[in-house]
Amino acid sequence: MNAQASNPINASNAVNQTITGRAAALAIANLDTDQIIPKQFLRGIDKAGLAPGLFYDLRFDGTGQVRPDFVLNQSAFAGVDVLIAGPNFGCGSSREHAVWGMQQFGFKAVIASSYGEIFYSNAMNNTLMLVMLPEEQVQALMAQANTAAAPLAVEIDVQHLQVRCGDLTLPFTLSARHRRMFLDGLDVIGASLTYRAQIESFAQQHWAAQPWARDVARITRERLSAV
Amino acid sequence: MTTPSKTLYRKLVDSHTVAVLDAQNVLLFCDLHLMNEYTSPQAFAGLHDKDRGVLVPGQNVAVVSHIIPTHAPSPISNLRVIADPSSALQATNLKANCDRHGIPMFDTNDALQGIEHVVAPEHGMIRPGMVVICGDSHTTTYGALGALGFGIGTSEVEHVLATQTLVYRLAQDMRLRVDGRLPMGTTAKDLILMIISRIGAQGARGYVVEFCGEAIHALSVEARFTLCNMAVEAGARGALIAPDPTAIDYVLQRAPDIAAHWRESASAHWATLFSDAEANFEVEHVFNAVEVAPFVTWGTSPDQAIPITGRIPRLEALTDTVQRQSAEQALRYTALLADQPLEGVPVQHVFIGSCTNARIEDLREVVKVVGNSKVAAGVRAMVVPGSGAVKVQAEQEGIAAQLLAAGFEWRQPGCSMCLAMNDDVLAPGQRCASTTSRNFEGRQGRGAITHLMSPAMAAAAAITGYITDVRQLTHTI
Repeated sequence: MNAQASNPINASNAVNQTITGRAAALAIANLDTDQIIPKQFLRGIDKAGLAPGLFYDLRFDGTGQVRPDFVLNQSAFAGVDVLIAGPNFGCGSSREHAVWGMQQFGFKAVIASSYGEIFYSNAMNNTLMLVMLPEEQVQALMAQANTAAAPLAVEIDVQHLQVRCGDLTLPFTLSARHRRMFLDGLDVIGASLTYRAQIESFAQQHWAAQPWARDVARITRERLSAV
Repeated sequence: MTTPSKTLYRKLVDSHTVAVLDAQNVLLFCDLHLMNEYTSPQAFAGLHDKDRGVLVPGQNVAVVSHIIPTHAPSPISNLRVIADPSSALQATNLKANCDRHGIPMFDTNDALQGIEHVVAPEHGMIRPGMVVICGDSHTTTYGALGALGFGIGTSEVEHVLATQTLVYRLAQDMRLRVDGRLPMGTTAKDLILMIISRIGAQGARGYVVEFCGEAIHALSVEARFTLCNMAVEAGARGALIAPDPTAIDYVLQRAPDIAAHWRESASAHWATLFSDAEANFEVEHVFNAVEVAPFVTWGTSPDQAIPITGRIPRLEALTDTVQRQSAEQALRYTALLADQPLEGVPVQHVFIGSCTNARIEDLREVVKVVGNSKVAAGVRAMVVPGSGAVKVQAEQEGIAAQLLAAGFEWRQPGCSMCLAMNDDVLAPGQRCASTTSRNFEGRQGRGAITHLMSPAMAAAAAITGYITDVRQLTHTI
C-alpha cells in the first residue's frame, strides 16, 4: 500500500481560463453514450484510439461510407471545438470512453440544457467543459449555428462563467469545485488521499458498528471457493 | 433536542460521510466496489502510473461480464474461450490486476461467473445500508435491498481503488409511490416502463428516487431488482426501497456470515433504514398499479413506451418540439408509424437476458408462457441466464430442457445482447423483443430495432412471432 499523496494541485491538468472555438450543432435529444461511442470501440485496455469511433453510426453508413449530410462530416465544420447538443446529452451507459473519444476528436466543450449524470461527472474529471444553459438559449444558439455560413465562434469563459457568442453574453453556473478543477487542474485522487487518516479511522468505526459490511467481497469469495 | 427528519437516502449518505468537502460534495465511504473488464483497465493503469495501491482490496470484487461469448464452451477443453483478441486481453488484464492487488474475482471460467449485478446479490454480497458502486450505470439495482448503488466512470473507479471513497455530489430526493397491486399478467418491468414513459428519460435526473407504496412491498426481491435497475433510464442517480422482511430474508438466506454472527445487530440496524415520516422529498409522484398493463417500447429511448393495448402517439399530440422531433427520428429508425398499435408487429429475434431480467423468477415466467408451444418459424430466440448459479438452478428445475424443447437457445451467462459487446449482435433491420433496459439506436447491433418488454411478453413474442398481449394467450392464465 502506497501512502504517498502527490501534490493535489497539478497545474498541467489546468485548461485556459477561456475556451475559444468554433461550434457545430447536433439537435438530437437523449443522445446516449452508446451513440457517442459504440460498443466495438470499447475493447481496449487503454484510452487511446477512440476518435475514429466517435458518433460512428452517425458519421458513417452501414457500409462504412461517410454520410455527407452529417454536420461533422461537412468541410466547413471540420475540426470544430464545441458541440451544441440536445437535452440529456450523454445519458445511458457509464462508459468514460465517450468523454475520452470526444476529447480525442478535438472537442473542448459541449453546450446543452442537461446531461446524463454519470457522463457529467466523467467530463468534469477529464476537464471536458459541459456548459448548461436553458433549453431556449441552446435552441437559439443552434438556430444561429445552423444558419451561419461558417461555424459559430464561441467563447466559454470559465473564470467568469459566461458563454459569449456574437452579441450574446450568456451566464452559466458551474459548481465551485468543478470550476477549480478546470482553473487549477486539481488532482482529485491526490486531494482525497490527503484524507487518508480520516478514511482509515472512519472505516474502523464503520466496521465496528457494522461488522457485516467489512471485507464482504473477500469473505464471500472465500466461502464460495471453499464449497 | 429532536433529531431532524431524514430520508432513507440522506441516512445512507450521512452514515458514509468521511468528510464534508463543501456545500455540494462529500467524501463518501464505499462498502463494495464491483468491477468489470472494460471500464476498469484504464483505472488500474492510472493507479500504476502514479505508483498508488488499492486501499482495501477485500471491499472490491471483479466479474468478467460484458465481453464474454455466450455460446457453448469448447468441446475439447470444456472451457469458454474468448476468440476476439482484444476482448481476451481485457479478461486476462482484469485477472492480472486483481491478482496483483489481491482483489477477489469471478473469472471467465468460474462456475459462478455471470452479469456482475446478478452475481453480487445472489451470493449475499449486497446488504441493506451499504454504499455500492460500479463502473456500470445499472448499479442502481441494489436499491432493491436498501443499499445505495450507483454507476461511476473510470476516473472514479481509480479513485475508489485508491481511497475506498468517492467525491460524491449530493442528489435531491424524489419519492415514487405506487398504490394498489399490479394486475394479473403484469410485472415490475411493466411498472417501471410505465413510470419512465410518464416522467421521461430525464424525469429523475438529479434525484435519488425512493419507491414506496403497497405495490412495491408486494414485489419479490428479484422484481425489485428489475424496478431499481431501470430507474437510471429515467436519469435517476440512485433508487431505493426501504428494506422490509422480504428484503432482509433474502439477504440472510444468502449471507451465512451474518446469519451466524450478527443476525440480531444487523436486523436492528436495518430496521432504522426508512425515510422518517416528516422527511422532505423535493418531488413526489404517485401512481396507481391498477393502470399498469404490459408495456412495450416503440422508439429509441426507454421513455417511448406504451401499453400493448395502446397506440404509438400521434405526432400532433406531442406539443413539445424536442419530444416531437425525437419521436419522428425514432419512428424513422424503428420503421413504425405514429398512431399504430404494436400488437401484431412481427419480430425476427427474441432476447431474454440482462441484469434487468435474467434471474430465476424471470425464467420461470418465460416457461409459464411457453408451455408446450414452440418458437415461431423464422424467429431466433435466445435465453442468456444472468449467472452460472441461475443457469444451474434453471437446469435443475427443468426450465432449460423445456426451453430447448420449444426451440429456444439456452446459452452461457453474460451481458450478451443487452449491449452486444460480445459476438451476440443483431443484423441491420432485425426487430428484437428484448427483456433488456435500453432501446437506443444501434445498441443491439447497427440498424437493429429493440422493443423492451417483460420476460413474459418476450416469451409471448417468441411463440407467436409478433409482439402480442401475453394476457390473451389463454393457456397462461
